[in-house]
Amino acid sequence: MKLLVPVKRVLDYNVKVRVKADKTGVDLANLKMSMNPFDEIAVEEAVRLKEKGVATDILAVSIGPAQAQDTIRTALAMGADRGLLIQTDQDLEPLAVAKLLKALVDQEKPDLVLMGKQAIDGDNNAVGQMLAALMDRPQATFASKVEISGGKAEVTREVDGGLQTISVDLPAVITADLRLNEPRFASLPNIMKARKKPIEVKAVADYGVDTAPRLTVVKVSEPDVRKAGIVVASAADLVQRLKTEAGVL
Amino acid sequence: MAVLVIADHDNASLRETTAKTVSAAAKIGGEIDIVVLGSGAKAAAEAAARISGVRKVLLAESDALGQGIVEAEEAALLPILGGYDAVLAPSTSAGKNLIPRLAARLDLAPINEVVAVVDAKTFVRPIYAGNALETVRTSDAKVLATIRPTVFEAAPEGGAAAIETLAPGPGSSASRFVSQDQVKSGRPELGSAKIVISGGRALGSEEEFKGVLEPLADKLGAAIGASRAAVDAGYAPNDYQVGQTGKVVAPDLYIAIGISGAIQHLAGIKDARVIVAINKDPDAPIFGVADYGLVGDYKTIVPELMAELGKIGR
Ligand SMILES: Cc1cc2nc3c(=O)[nH]c(=O)nc-3n(C[C@H](O)[C@H](O)[C@H](O)COP(=O)(O)OP(=O)(O)OC[C@H]3O[C@@H](n4cnc5c(N)ncnc54)[C@H](O)[C@@H]3O)c2cc1C
Ligand SMILES: Nc1ncnc2c1ncn2[C@@H]1O[C@H](COP(=O)(O)O)[C@@H](O)[C@H]1O
Repeated sequence: MKLLVPVKRVLDYNVKVRVKADKTGVDLANLKMSMNPFDEIAVEEAVRLKEKGVATDILAVSIGPAQAQDTIRTALAMGADRGLLIQTDQDLEPLAVAKLLKALVDQEKPDLVLMGKQAIDGDNNAVGQMLAALMDRPQATFASKVEISGGKAEVTREVDGGLQTISVDLPAVITADLRLNEPRFASLPNIMKARKKPIEVKAVADYGVDTAPRLTVVKVSEPDVRKAGIVVASAADLVQRLKTEAGVL
Repeated sequence: MAVLVIADHDNASLRETTAKTVSAAAKIGGEIDIVVLGSGAKAAAEAAARISGVRKVLLAESDALGQGIVEAEEAALLPILGGYDAVLAPSTSAGKNLIPRLAARLDLAPINEVVAVVDAKTFVRPIYAGNALETVRTSDAKVLATIRPTVFEAAPEGGAAAIETLAPGPGSSASRFVSQDQVKSGRPELGSAKIVISGGRALGSEEEFKGVLEPLADKLGAAIGASRAAVDAGYAPNDYQVGQTGKVVAPDLYIAIGISGAIQHLAGIKDARVIVAINKDPDAPIFGVADYGLVGDYKTIVPELMAELGKIGR
C-alpha cells in the first residue's frame, strides 16, 4: 500500500509569535522552524503502518521554500521512503495546496493520504477536507485511532461530545489529531540514512493548476493582551472578590 | 443577498451556537435561512424557526445525516448552494469538517474560525494560536466560513419562520458510521457555560480529577474542562480539552487548577471575562493572564474554596 504524507514547515510551536510593526504579517526572520506537529503525528502513523506491513511506500511531500527540504528530511529520518518538494516562496492558500496535492495524487495514486488536521501557523484546518473533495473520496478528519484492513480504514474521530468511529473505503484522506500517537525522535543512524534517501524537487508550474490567491490579507494585528491581575491571599479573599469586585458569583 | 446557516443541534434541541451564527449572518446582511441536517430533527428545526430574523428553515433527514456523515451532508447541501451568497456554520468539529469540503467542491477559499465580520467580504480570524489576528478580504463570489460562536451574541427568539423539507440527497456508500461514544453529563456545555473549571496535569489521575473538579463544578453549576496534558494522560475525556486545538471557551469565570498556561491552552481562554489560576508555582505563565491568582497546592486550596463558597450560599 502506498501512502502520501504532506508535511508543512512552520514556525516552531515553542517560539513566541510577533506581529510585524507594519501589520503585514508575522515576523519569521531567523526564528526556529519545524515540521507542523500534526504532520509529525501523521508521519509517525504512516511509519507504524509500514512497520506493521500494511504500508510499503511512504512519500513525504512539502510545498514551500527550499528550506522545506529540512522538513522532508525529518520525515525521511522518521521512516518515510521518498521526498518531494514543490518549491515556492509564496505562502499558498489551502485551496491552492489542495489542488497541488490533488495533481500529485493523480500521478502517484496513493491508497491513503495521511496528513495533519491543521497547520499551526494559519490554523486553517482545511486542506485535508478540501483534498478529499477534489479527489471525490471519503475523508476521516481529526483521527485518534486508525485501523486498516481489506481496503478500508476504520477511524475513530475526536468530535464535539466524544468520539465517533467511521469506516471509509480507500483511497481516502485521514487527518491526524493530537492523540493518534506520540511521534518518535529520529535516531542518529536514521538521520544519517535519511541523507541518502531521494528528494525530488518540482515547481508549482509543473502541475498546471491555478494557485492564484483568493484572499487578500488586509492586515495582521496583535490581539488585545490580557494583563496580569492580582495575587490574592486566601480562598476567602478570592470568593469575596469574585462576588463583589468581579460580580461573577 | 441570502445567507445559509448550517444548524448545530442534537436532533431534539438546537444548540445556542446556531443562534450565535445567525448573528454573524446578520452582520453579512441579506435574508437568512437555516438548514437542519439530521434524523428525527423536527424539534431542532422548530427551535431554529423561532430564531428572530430567519426567513425559512430547511429540514433534511436521513440516517446518514443523523450520524453526521460529511459526504451525506455535502450531497444534501450542494444542490441548494446556488441560491446563497454566504454559507456559515459554527466552528464545531462538524462545521470544520464540512465547510472546507463544500468550499473545494465550489472552487472557493473557505474562511475558518471567524471572530469578527467587518463587511460582507471581509473577516477577522485568529492565526498562530490566537497570537495574531488576520483580517482577510475574499475575492470569491461566495463566502464559505465557520464562525467562532463564543464571540457573537445569540440572535433572540421571536421568529416564526416556515419549515420546508429538503431532499436528503444520496447517501455515500464509501463512508459508513460505525459507532459513537458520547460523553454524557448533566453539566452545561463547555462552549456556552457561564463558569468553567479546568484541571491540568497536576491532578495526577482520573480519580483525583473527578474527585476534585466534580464537586466544585456541581457547586458552581460549571462545565468542566482540561488541559491537553490532563487529556493525554487519560484524566479527562478528549472533548474536555480547552485550547488551540480543543474548545474555545468564553465564560464569565474560568478557574484553572494545576494548569501551567501554555500558549496553546491560553488560546482557548482569552475571551473569558475573569480568569482565576490556582497553581503552586508563582512563576507559572497562567498568572500572567489571570485576573486573580492563588499560589499554593490545590489540595488545600480547593477544599477551602468549597467551604468559602458554602458560606455565601453556593
Ligand atoms: C500543536 C499543539 C497543540 C496543542 N494544543 C493544546 C490545547 O488545545 N490545549 C492545551 O491545554 N494544550 C495544548 N497543547 C499542549 C501545551 O503545549 C501544554 O503542554 C499543556 O497545555 C500543558 O498542560 P498542563 O498545564 O496541564 O501541564 P503542565 O505544563 O505540566 O503544568 C502543570 C502545572 O501544575 C502545577 N502544579 C503541580 N502540582 C500542583 C499542585 N499540587 N497544586 C497546584 N498546582 C500544581 C505546576 O506548577 C504546573 O504549572 C498543544 C501542544 C501542541 C504542540
Ligand atoms: N504547504 C504545505 N505543504 C505540505 N502540506 C501542507 C501544506 N499546507 C498544509 N499542508 C497539509 O495540510 C494540513 C492542514 O493544513 P491547514 O489546512 O493549512 O491547516 C497540514 O497539517 C499538512 O498536512
